[in-house]
Amino acid sequence: MSSAETLPEESKTESRLLDSQGEKSLAAYFSDWFERIRAGDLGILPTLLGLFMIAIIFQSLNNLFITPYNIVNLLPQMAGLTAIAFGAVFVLLLGEIDLSVGYVSGVSAAIMVILSIPKSGVEIPAFLVNIENIPLLYDAGIYLFNAYVAGFPWYIALAAGLLTGILIGLLHGTIITSFQLPAFVVTLAGFLFWNGVLLIILGNGGTVRIQDAVLRSFTRSYVPPTLSYVITLIVITIWALIQFRKRYVRQKKGLSTDPRAILFLQLGLIVIIAIGIVYYLNLDRGIPVVAVFVLFLFAILTYIVDSTRYGRYLMAVGGNKEAARRAGIPVELIRTSVFMISGLMAAIGGIILSLRLGSASTSFDAGSLLLNAIAAAVIGGTSLFGGRGFVYSALLGALIIQGVDNGMGLLGLSSGVKFIVTGLVLLSAVVLDSFSRRRQQQSGIA
Amino acid sequence: MAEQRTPLLELQGVSKRFGSVQALYQVDFRAFTGEVMALVGDNGAGKSTLIKGIAGIHTFNGGEIFFDGMPVNINNPRDSGNLGIEVVYQDLALADNLDVVANMFLGREKTSLGFHLSEEEMERATIDTLDSLAVSTLQSVRQKVSGLSGGQRQAIAVAKAVMWNSRLVILDEPTAALGVAQTRQVLDLVRRLASQGLAVILISHNLHDVFEAADRVTVLRLGQNVGEYAIADTTQPDIVHAITAGTLKRVPGMQEDKS
Repeated sequence: MSSAETLPEESKTESRLLDSQGEKSLAAYFSDWFERIRAGDLGILPTLLGLFMIAIIFQSLNNLFITPYNIVNLLPQMAGLTAIAFGAVFVLLLGEIDLSVGYVSGVSAAIMVILSIPKSGVEIPAFLVNIENIPLLYDAGIYLFNAYVAGFPWYIALAAGLLTGILIGLLHGTIITSFQLPAFVVTLAGFLFWNGVLLIILGNGGTVRIQDAVLRSFTRSYVPPTLSYVITLIVITIWALIQFRKRYVRQKKGLSTDPRAILFLQLGLIVIIAIGIVYYLNLDRGIPVVAVFVLFLFAILTYIVDSTRYGRYLMAVGGNKEAARRAGIPVELIRTSVFMISGLMAAIGGIILSLRLGSASTSFDAGSLLLNAIAAAVIGGTSLFGGRGFVYSALLGALIIQGVDNGMGLLGLSSGVKFIVTGLVLLSAVVLDSFSRRRQQQSGIA
Repeated sequence: MAEQRTPLLELQGVSKRFGSVQALYQVDFRAFTGEVMALVGDNGAGKSTLIKGIAGIHTFNGGEIFFDGMPVNINNPRDSGNLGIEVVYQDLALADNLDVVANMFLGREKTSLGFHLSEEEMERATIDTLDSLAVSTLQSVRQKVSGLSGGQRQAIAVAKAVMWNSRLVILDEPTAALGVAQTRQVLDLVRRLASQGLAVILISHNLHDVFEAADRVTVLRLGQNVGEYAIADTTQPDIVHAITAGTLKRVPGMQEDKS
């Protein structure tokens, strides 16, 4: 064979790649979309369908379920779990797991609450109560506590709580990467260890009340109606500007773009749905501030995963560690970092949960909190084996889990039934996911 | 004619010893710009050792390396990367869960502000690179790599190596796992790399492939260079003979002169 003969005929077919240039026709857009679904790439459709079914079932059993009052209750209920599940997505993206989040969230919240106790107040942490009958030590303890630990302004206390989560994550990640241990075991040890730390700080069955007014109000605040519409419109406008700019850049570079009509359709749908939800929530107390915070977190984390170099590295390490290493990606650093993110999210989640409760407490079910967080990520479509995960899956999964929990509560069902139903939801999500992936493999797009 | 030109890469008398095993013994090797140099030899002949030395994965114990006629040291993969040497290993090192664009730029992403991925710029560059190599069978550069055929994956791995102003591309058994049609595509691609002015080193067990794609062939046997042949002046039986019974400078196990 001589290359001179084959070259010209090859270059005729080369323009097939250029098919992907210019604006797609509406028909091409929908046929691509249909093709993807037929090939098993269902995206968030199954999760949305699940949500829809849960809504219908519970509404038909108890017509309080989809009322503005109940939805406004549901949002702060799910906020803590959602934050922890965000962290779980990052860890799962690398095919790792973090079992410690249940008690890391507890410890972080306890640190915040204790630092915000007023000086010389009535609240005394358990580790001091335990030495009550050793007078000298006790007096010294109380003195040191009041002088150095208690009485910090809420923002310092909050920052310390968040930092606690990050540092614990750093510790776990460093142990895992430097000794090359399985994350499963190290974070299981962490689960036990931080449980112990929490018991020592708060005492067996101990509870420390939150007294700071700012902290107490956070999960009990709602966005004023007018402001909520203004914020919604601003966010949508920013989203639209980003989309139009992206489209413009792609056109300028001669890359393929979705049909203009689709962009307007998406924009229209988002406006209608968002305004509809805001209106509905405003029929009751309005949008909980903590829900706005969780959405903000969601936006930032989604940006990090989808559009930053760091997010790309996460995906690469999760998909093929060896390829990532050869590409010069600092694999161990990335692995450590996801445990820090997981720790931070656990701290945020734990703090939200304790703010809602009004106290830091040892009497919360850290085990099911942890399992629900991982289940939420998985129900929403994140793989346990790394390389495939979405920040939104934490949001949707938490909505499903907390929705089931809330609906069961309205029906007055026992927590036994609740666990059974949640388990079945998780199982069906995973089964569906495995089907869709087998389908994708057969059609060669997975 | 090529004999008068300066080779892009020239190794003179390189040796490599692992403990008591002499993996390479005084090997001369060269690769010319615009040519495909095949490297053949039986299992254990030292092909991989030679390539790893060029790629900087380990260093040679003796001998000299010239790049563009200048003596150079290659002590680590970065050194070889800086010279413009890229290696496409057999396992390709692609992340299946990422699309073609992400794989092409893996570890060298284009960003703005230092963190924000410049997706449009990378997509454009990917399309341009693939077009210049006439990699035609891809539907979209936003396709995930897991959905590609073996030949397409090989093409992506090669294109990835070529994109970074490389001057010498080393392909390790690029057709080993491919069917007939895909082998054809990859061999065409190898020819195209050379015609674009790159030096290509093609490691292969398949002499048919070598005679289709290469301009010259260097035969290694038991860690020694037993001959360099111009493809036009030789035949497959000659090469087979060289691989199995080429004349050695030194018989392994014989008392050696300490070098």
